[in-house]
Amino acid sequence: MFAVTVNDLTKSYGFVKAVNGLSFTIEEGEVFALLGPNGAGKSTVVEILEGHRTRDTGEVRVLGRDPGTAGQEYRDRIGIVLQEAGIERELTVREALVHYGACYSRRRPVDEVLDLVGLNGLGDRRTHRLSGGQRRRVDLALGLIGDPEVLFLDEPTTGFDPSARRHAWEMIEGLKALGTTILLTSHYMDEVQVLADRVAVLVEGRIVSEGTPAELRGRAESETMIRFRFPEVDPSSGPVVDMLGGLVGRTSLRNGVFEVCTVDPTTDLSLLTGWALERGGQLEGLEVTTPTLEDVYLDLIGDSHGAAGGAGSRDV
Amino acid sequence: MSDRTSPSAVALLFRQVGYQNRLFIRTPIAAMFTLVFPLIFLVLFGAIFEGVDLAPGEEVSPAQFYAPGLAVFAAVSATYTNVGIGVAIYRDEGVLKRIRGTPLPRWIYMGGVVGSGVAIAAGGAVVMLAVGFLVYGIEMDADRILPALVTFVVGVATFSLLGLALAAVAPSGQSAPALANATLLPVAFVSNVFISVRNEPPAWLDLLGDIFPLKAFSDAFFAAFDPFEEASAYKPWLLLWMGVWALAGAMVAVRKFRWEPSTGAGGGGGRRGRR
Repeated sequence: MFAVTVNDLTKSYGFVKAVNGLSFTIEEGEVFALLGPNGAGKSTVVEILEGHRTRDTGEVRVLGRDPGTAGQEYRDRIGIVLQEAGIERELTVREALVHYGACYSRRRPVDEVLDLVGLNGLGDRRTHRLSGGQRRRVDLALGLIGDPEVLFLDEPTTGFDPSARRHAWEMIEGLKALGTTILLTSHYMDEVQVLADRVAVLVEGRIVSEGTPAELRGRAESETMIRFRFPEVDPSSGPVVDMLGGLVGRTSLRNGVFEVCTVDPTTDLSLLTGWALERGGQLEGLEVTTPTLEDVYLDLIGDSHGAAGGAGSRDV
Repeated sequence: MSDRTSPSAVALLFRQVGYQNRLFIRTPIAAMFTLVFPLIFLVLFGAIFEGVDLAPGEEVSPAQFYAPGLAVFAAVSATYTNVGIGVAIYRDEGVLKRIRGTPLPRWIYMGGVVGSGVAIAAGGAVVMLAVGFLVYGIEMDADRILPALVTFVVGVATFSLLGLALAAVAPSGQSAPALANATLLPVAFVSNVFISVRNEPPAWLDLLGDIFPLKAFSDAFFAAFDPFEEASAYKPWLLLWMGVWALAGAMVAVRKFRWEPSTGAGGGGGRRGRR
């Protein structure tokens, strides 16, 4: 059973196609992330699913409803954390939670929610006396107060300091453990890597890649980088050139460090270490780096922009 | 899920009224303009008309004429001005967008705004009239209390709806105060609120006042206090005219209402310019 299905969704603002033929599904209890640079269309997609925005074409279902026409009973089952939404400055945190909670048919206890977002002790403070990060936590708390089945989090940790982000991640993982389906948008790679079950990378209103964070990494064209030094070896000597020419990857020399960009690190490492052992030498400072999701992501959005970015730019 | 039964509409409506009242009370500047401003007028008028005989040959306090008008002014400030500005500011700040994402029915939000406007208006009018009765010796026949109440309810409901219409057409929370005052104050001067133009004003002034609903409100309300009024204190035609404006206000509010800040006005910029 899918909590969310989106099929061939499009949305234009004037001549700008903000969303251009988007399709994805989210299973119940899954954390799904839309990852992309600013202006990729993430918020537009989320706001269409929330019912805040109309779509041009395509089919959208959340909890079996069409958000474009669904009413009160639909919004009763979802939680929304907008990228930007005001909180009544006249109210204390607790008053806001009690007031908004009263609109829902089912709600989490206020103290539990305060605890969940790390605002215990600040319940009686007026919202305009909170810091930006604390106010963002109130946003999260207001998204959670109605005990939602599907939670929309539009860039929930933008503007957080590192410890607040960690805390928010723990909180979101806690929600996931409770079985809440979560649609998350982010432009933080590390966030998505930690939180998401599946990721769709969105560029210019299209999905350019989709999968689990691990799949995305594995599928990527980014190559493993092997770095090492050969002291006392002339890099231009015949045997060295022959050996390096036999590798699968491409080799370059930078400040005395050899860098091998390879799609087959096992073979290349075996050739390199074998060669070094035969000669009784050492590969000094040997280092093998697999691409992070960040590298993958940069490749993806670099490629789709047709820029010179991505894996290819790294070999010399 | 089967365990979801929505809260009752009546309970939600009452809660919304309480919520709006709380927002109002905690916005001192709004409370100041709505409640204290008309009171200052009342005291000033009391000093200006001290000893002036507005009704020769009758034992009538001058306040008998201007206190009801200022009570109407307080009521209109609490509804038209306050609702119009408040809603536009909350829209700018993104509060309305947040509310739209909750299961709260939209009409209950609107109902809460209107209900709270009516309650605050009643508070303002009661204060004005209480000062009028206790300090300036105005009088009222007991059998005119009900007509006054009926007129009052129709009037404040009308001006609450007009306030929602004002919020709907105001481009931003910053322009709403100017729009509210620019539309209310000139009209107030031809509507027997501050100054009575009852005694043979120029025809065009009379007509101008007749067009807008404020004169209908103040004249119908004053009828309950008018020492020379022989006929019934009910003014059905004036109430009807307010009803026409109420309907127009409701239509504009429903058709033009926006829940999202207009582009560029978002992100909490609206609070700077409350009046």
